Amino acid sequence: MAMVSLTINGKKITVPDDLTILEAANRHGIAIPNLCKHPQLTPFGGCRLCVVEIKGVPRPVASCTTPVNEGMEITTVTEQLEQHRKFVLELILSDHPNDCMTCESTGSCQLQELAYTYGVKGQEYAGERRTYAKKDGNPFIERDLEKCILCGRCVKVCQEIQGVEAIDFGYRGFKSKITTAYEDDLNCEFCGQCVHVCPTGALTGKLWKRKGRYEGVKETDTVCPYCGTGCNITVHSKNNEIIRITSRPWTWNEGFLCVKGRFGYPFVSSPDRLTKPLIKRKSGEFEETTWTAALEYTASWFRKIREEHGPDALGGLSSARCTNEENYLFQKFMRAGIGTNNVDHCARL
Amino acid sequence: MTNSIADIEGMEVIFIIGSNTKETHPVIANRMIKAYRKGAKIIVADPRAVPMVKFSELYLPMRPGTDIALLNGMGQVIVQEGLQNDEFIRDKTEGFDAWKDSVRDFTPERVSKLTGVPKDDIIRAARLYGGSRKAGIFYTMGITQHTCGTDNVKAIANLATLTGNIGRPHTGVNPLRGQNNVQGASDMACAPNVYPGYQRVDLPEVQQKFEQAWGKKLSPKPGLTTTEMIHAAHDKRLKGLYIMGENPVLTDPNQHHTIEALKNLEFLVVQDIFLTETAKLAQVVLPAACSYEKEGTYTNTERRVQRVRRAVNAPGEAWDDLSIIIALSRHLGYPMEYRSPELVFNEFAGLWPALGGMTYDRLKGRGLAWPCPTPEHHGTEYLYKDGFPKGKVPFVQIAFKEPAEVTSDDYPFILTTGRNLYQYHSGSMSRRVPPIEKHAGRAYVEMNRSDAERLSVADGDRVIVSSRRGEVTIAVRVTNQVSAGTLFIPMHYAEAAANVLTNDALDPTVKIPEFKVCAVQVTSAPKAASLATGG
Amino acid sequence: MASETLIRVCMGPAGIAAGGKQVIEAFHAALVDAGVSAQVRERCSSHQVGCMGLCARDVLVEVHQGDVKTVYQYIKPDMVQRIVDEHLVAGKPITEWLVDEVYASFYRKQIKVVLADCGRIDPEDIDAYEAVKGYEAARECLTNRRPEEVIEEVKMSGLRGRGGAGFPTGLKWELGRKSRGDDKYIICNADEGDPGAFMDRAVIEGSPHAVIEGMIIGAFSMGARNGYVYIRAEYPLAVERLKKALDQARTRGYLGKGIFGSAFDFDIKIKLGAGAFVCGEETALIASIEGMRGMPRPKPPFPVNRGLWQKPTVINNVETFANIPAIIRNGCGWYAGFGTDKSKGTKVFALTGKIKNPGLIEVPMGITLREIIEEIGGGIESGRPFKAVQTGGPSGGCIPASMLDIAVDYESLAKVGSIVGSGGMIVLDADDCMVNVAKYFVQFTQSESCGKCVPCRVGTKRVLETLERITTGKGKEDDIERLEKLAGGIKAMSLCGLGQTAPNPVLSTLKYFRDEYEAHIRDKKCPAKVCKGLLTYSIDEATCKACGACLRACPSGAVSGEKKKPHRIDAAKCVRCGACFEVCKFGSVNRE
Ligand SMILES: Cc1cc2nc3c(=O)[nH]c(=O)nc-3n(C[C@H](O)[C@H](O)[C@H](O)COP(=O)(O)O)c2cc1C
Ligand code: SF4
Ligand code: SF4
Ligand code: SF4
Repeated sequence: MAMVSLTINGKKITVPDDLTILEAANRHGIAIPNLCKHPQLTPFGGCRLCVVEIKGVPRPVASCTTPVNEGMEITTVTEQLEQHRKFVLELILSDHPNDCMTCESTGSCQLQELAYTYGVKGQEYAGERRTYAKKDGNPFIERDLEKCILCGRCVKVCQEIQGVEAIDFGYRGFKSKITTAYEDDLNCEFCGQCVHVCPTGALTGKLWKRKGRYEGVKETDTVCPYCGTGCNITVHSKNNEIIRITSRPWTWNEGFLCVKGRFGYPFVSSPDRLTKPLIKRKSGEFEETTWTAALEYTASWFRKIREEHGPDALGGLSSARCTNEENYLFQKFMRAGIGTNNVDHCARL
Repeated sequence: MTNSIADIEGMEVIFIIGSNTKETHPVIANRMIKAYRKGAKIIVADPRAVPMVKFSELYLPMRPGTDIALLNGMGQVIVQEGLQNDEFIRDKTEGFDAWKDSVRDFTPERVSKLTGVPKDDIIRAARLYGGSRKAGIFYTMGITQHTCGTDNVKAIANLATLTGNIGRPHTGVNPLRGQNNVQGASDMACAPNVYPGYQRVDLPEVQQKFEQAWGKKLSPKPGLTTTEMIHAAHDKRLKGLYIMGENPVLTDPNQHHTIEALKNLEFLVVQDIFLTETAKLAQVVLPAACSYEKEGTYTNTERRVQRVRRAVNAPGEAWDDLSIIIALSRHLGYPMEYRSPELVFNEFAGLWPALGGMTYDRLKGRGLAWPCPTPEHHGTEYLYKDGFPKGKVPFVQIAFKEPAEVTSDDYPFILTTGRNLYQYHSGSMSRRVPPIEKHAGRAYVEMNRSDAERLSVADGDRVIVSSRRGEVTIAVRVTNQVSAGTLFIPMHYAEAAANVLTNDALDPTVKIPEFKVCAVQVTSAPKAASLATGG
Repeated sequence: MASETLIRVCMGPAGIAAGGKQVIEAFHAALVDAGVSAQVRERCSSHQVGCMGLCARDVLVEVHQGDVKTVYQYIKPDMVQRIVDEHLVAGKPITEWLVDEVYASFYRKQIKVVLADCGRIDPEDIDAYEAVKGYEAARECLTNRRPEEVIEEVKMSGLRGRGGAGFPTGLKWELGRKSRGDDKYIICNADEGDPGAFMDRAVIEGSPHAVIEGMIIGAFSMGARNGYVYIRAEYPLAVERLKKALDQARTRGYLGKGIFGSAFDFDIKIKLGAGAFVCGEETALIASIEGMRGMPRPKPPFPVNRGLWQKPTVINNVETFANIPAIIRNGCGWYAGFGTDKSKGTKVFALTGKIKNPGLIEVPMGITLREIIEEIGGGIESGRPFKAVQTGGPSGGCIPASMLDIAVDYESLAKVGSIVGSGGMIVLDADDCMVNVAKYFVQFTQSESCGKCVPCRVGTKRVLETLERITTGKGKEDDIERLEKLAGGIKAMSLCGLGQTAPNPVLSTLKYFRDEYEAHIRDKKCPAKVCKGLLTYSIDEATCKACGACLRACPSGAVSGEKKKPHRIDAAKCVRCGACFEVCKFGSVNRE
């Protein structure tokens, strides 16, 4: 691949020639504000915040879509550019509910962060705001499109990554809106990829509502308990309750999950969870008991059968949902503790 | 998987056979779609027009149970057209000539008759796969859950061997594992014939190694597999069973047989997070912690060992499985004392060289794919880079057999089973997720439009599907995803359990039951029945 | 004599609307009755002639007798009998129906290159086109010239894109030729979304083969094997004629494999557009052909490098292509002979508004606005003072009366804050409110914005809201400043041409008619008396006849009065609808 040399803010850099200015800048630690660009998606060029000046080019250009060229002299911050960015932010916020106080995404919202950085409140060009009465009734994803800034990321991720194309831009002008076909309730794979890439509070999980944002929330990086893909997830919990599951963009699964990984956690707090050891009485009914009693009872049965019929009259089935450590110890228990090789799991099933 | 998931993005050809990747491994499908956007050609061979077909260059709608014919047929065309990788065959394989003779009569014409796939498409598929040196094959239970499952896998390996599409980036033979830690459970030797790391129980030096490590005399006699244990329990040869986190009543074939077997046991202890259908049959039920409540490691389908961390505490008096096993062992008089999962990990990492270089500390971040033999090793993103374990890869001759159960006048439909996107396995977790239940909480049988018309049933009507082993009442979903004559029932729904119907005939080698093919009939359910079981 | 009689009836869109078809039927009937039918040559019969230009005077009828041409205007079917009787039979033209002096000067200043054949030949007949040397240029290029030579010829002609931006056509083709790739595309942009323009439709309806020939030459030059015409579905006649023309060209072997016996293969498909203005923007047009929502993409990469399906693509306007055959036939020098230093050749304009002779005109670049408005257009229809001319449609600006003597070319119009654009030209008189004109165009761009980028989607909305405020009397002191800030930001930050030019109507009116804005904001008055919200109504007691008409007409009960007593308007109740003003027969309602 050919390399090109250019300067950004006076710094000379050499990068592969298939990068955009934004990518080149990011690679060299120069941040350029933006809202519609997502590293895993093709550039959109709609938010206009990533504009830069190139020597010899009369207009500011969007760095997310402009390829680098040999000898370019680029400036990412000038008074004029910052003015332009503020202008765009003012306009975005002029059509935004600005209810960060109760918004699910406070603290993880890129729009909020930029407004904060630029000190923009959205009053300069106050005017009509889009309002929508109808709420989307799907069970997974809250679509609060009044907060949508039409960055197009959700549309792109649904098409480019998920291949579903459940949503697209609809209408024109100020009425433009991300819509489903015929404005029906969302009915898709509910992977939540769109939620993951949405830079605002427009798309969130219905399960998350009012459960907690950042204050007092613990984040635990772990692995999804469902299929064998083993996606990396981050479990957000508050007061010993899982309130949300996300995935970080730099995991090998690139932050993408499926419906089960992202929204399949409520079973954890199901009232059906077993919380005490149970022993079946003669009547056939289960009765709660203590650990000691349950374990001793079990051990006595194992001893009895082993004594009467030999260790091979006992068997153990372990689980492909348990950890390596548990599986290891289970077979060790069966082999060394009981004395049989009758141990299997359900890989085959 | 011989290759990694991220590696898929660079493939030129992706051959998916017997895997509904988009629904069972959605995030792997994302990688495939990314490859597709970069120009990769995707071939899908499946009795159902699974969602990945949308992205395919070529879709081969084969009759269930005819994978070997198709795979051999593709091999035949590849040889016929000289697309094989001669250098690879010469240097790294053996048995090519004999194998070549064995596939000679798998001509496209004959294979087309056997599989129902048009002749030209078989040739095109062979050209696509054989013509690329960056081609990967992917499969799941659609390949393994047959009486000929082992042969299917070998037939796949033959294709990869023939074209040298293995042992390099963007190639490989890539089984996609169904459950989160199937790979790890296999590695950890929850299997009757091997110790951790696939070290055979019947080899004296291995036995000695483990006796030394565990300080106990060990049995050299291979044990019983899951399905064999169920059969043994049924025959009362097996008296006691310890089940940790499994629900065979729902997941094993021939449900009535399974329930009888478990009832025949003298003692059953089940350790689980819910009172499952299986746990209900137990004498003792031990409450366990779930995935989000414990520490440890999982190994995913690409052999990546990753850390599991506790996010919340288990409810009530539930314990994590590790503590339960340790305590039970203590009660049994074989104390195994570990203060943390990490110590357990270190013990088995020391017993299996493939994990020798791993520690919890090194697993931070993205984890490591085995083999990772030394502390300096970065893990193995794709296998066989430096050759094959047994020196040369053998070509294996494989004969085509019809599935164990074929259709008859009484049972005119072929039933296949599998998963859908939203639910998971026996449903003990996913069916307790309210939004999932709301969206996908009803059992259904997929039926081709033409069959539905012939039987005059409409979408949503309830029918009785019965096999030689049992029957379920279930709503019809009319679709063109399945071809005429074939039905599909997802396995997740206890109220209409597919495994009431399925056949427990086993693959002779690895003892996997034939979930994917059984013969059934369909009759319409009486109105009363639909009321009684409705919803 | 009579055997050489030929009758041509205008059947352009305006002609059809004015009843051209009925006129034709009337001729057929009358000719049969009069027994002169045999003398009409059927081929050039009064059948489906493309637009002639002076559509305001439709139905226009030409009677050719030998070298003598007589032109009638405003002909209705019931007038046909008399033409046949007096003119054709008796040989005496009907003088009072003839076109007037205006009609003559309408043509004097025009030079027809693109429109030369429109209305003269049968657009549905490839022979008619070939009879006027049609396809000679393409044949010449494909059989005798190298692509580079053709490109050079076009470059030397100075032809610039007629779709709006005025990019040199030869240069674009050269970039297309040099761009690497086997698969290349050429696209004719016939989306024509500018509300005031209809020349592209006229050209396709009047001479579709010229466009096809231009595309063949362009395709040969750049090396494209596939072409598209992207045409709006609202132009059914144009689409139908284009389809016919493509079929005819294919049958003759002018499209398809081995065109003109050369090794060159090329064919053209039609793609119907849904009528969104933004789909005329080239990258949005490409997205639309690819089956996606018509949304512009940032440039670079430019279509010549990565266009349709990511392949090198040249996009030109209908009029641009229609110029090509004449340039090749007559040479670049001939074409460059028209126009100015930097703007060569002729341009078609759609002259509309308060003008005597509205219609399509074709003039050499560099002609003055005054010549167009006064000589070709015949001046202001109403006789009210001329105020301004709006050029370039929603992307353009308003040029005040004081600048009537500027030349009409790319550079001069840009200098005064407007553009040539696609050639819309709306003449405004003293009864037009400039704030309202600006509002009209912003309304259009706002509703047509694709919604992709913030400055255009939200910014134009804020501009519109401000203009609405001003025109309804709610303008604030700092609104002008706000408009200027918004306009500047939108121009600088919008992604595509739509947004970048959307503020032009506002900026140019602010520049030349700031006083009107101020009158609206400070005095709450609309000087042109257009903005209803700013008008006040009162009744002149002296002339009021107390007829009660206004009282009955007022929807809000603001008028009070009794019989024989002058009526009154209660300003507090008045909703400023103007109903009283309209109904008063005695002019007693004052409007200010
Ligand atoms: C909003 C917008 C609308 C446009 N509409 C048209 C149109 O209707 N027809 C057209 O030929 N060009 C239109 N253009 C210009 C095209 O993008 C493009 O420049 C032109 O088709 C190139 O052809 P030319 O070089 O022959 O002018 C439009 C541009 C913009 C920004
Ligand atoms: S949840 Fe997934 S499938 Fe549904 S709209 Fe979002 S990205 Fe598309
Ligand atoms: S919903 Fe979110 S991701 Fe989608 S366009 Fe709106 S702001 Fe962007
Ligand atoms: S300027 Fe307007 S029309 Fe153009 S891309 Fe932006 S929103 Fe769309």
